[in-house]
Amino acid sequence: MVEITDRPIPVTRWRAELSDPSCGAVVVFEGVVRDHHAGKKVVKLSYECYKPMALKVLAGIREEALGRWKVERLLIVHRIGDIPIGEAAVLVAAASAHRKEAFEAAAWAMDEIKREAPIWKHETYADGTSLWVEDHCVGGVAHEQAIRA
Amino acid sequence: MRVKVLLFAFLRDRSGCEEVSLEVPRGTRVAELPGKIFPQDGLRPDDWGRIRYAVNLEYVASDRGLRDGDEVALIPPVAGG
Repeated sequence: MVEITDRPIPVTRWRAELSDPSCGAVVVFEGVVRDHHAGKKVVKLSYECYKPMALKVLAGIREEALGRWKVERLLIVHRIGDIPIGEAAVLVAAASAHRKEAFEAAAWAMDEIKREAPIWKHETYADGTSLWVEDHCVGGVAHEQAIRA
Repeated sequence: MRVKVLLFAFLRDRSGCEEVSLEVPRGTRVAELPGKIFPQDGLRPDDWGRIRYAVNLEYVASDRGLRDGDEVALIPPVAGG
């Protein structure tokens, strides 16, 4: 299941969808909007996407993860539009018989989303400035760079 | 031939529009489109190198040739998640 929504992500409802008697492991990752970036206080955050392509890219990531790991269920949900601090922007969840596969598949899918999905993040700061953020997170090493808008 | 070009994030802000319809000669490659859309001083060379291209919802190489009716998206650095 892959979804892009402009409403709050119903994490509890999605968690229930992952229940499967054959699965002993469920990994749920929420990417949550935080109130700071590169030392600045964030007051507003908004995502936009190229929706038809983003859906296709997310579906491709899901298919590839299901092929690479022995995972029974994999769910990717991304929220767009204005998102308040503390609410989820993305949900990646995987269910598998044993924990290793679910952890690995969810982590890989999340990295791929950051690398490939045509989704953009615009941050507004307490000092009145704003910019389109560029994030790279590969192999667990985060490098964030901002482009002057 | 005519192609549709979609602009997102900082590229849309700079151009002031989400979508441009362009008449281009046969043989035009996707990487030639930014130069047609943005005035010479509108985009720094650094930014050009960061742009990826998608045609009809798939990422393509920058030397991909355009065909009549293609929907092209200029994809600035992404930041999902």
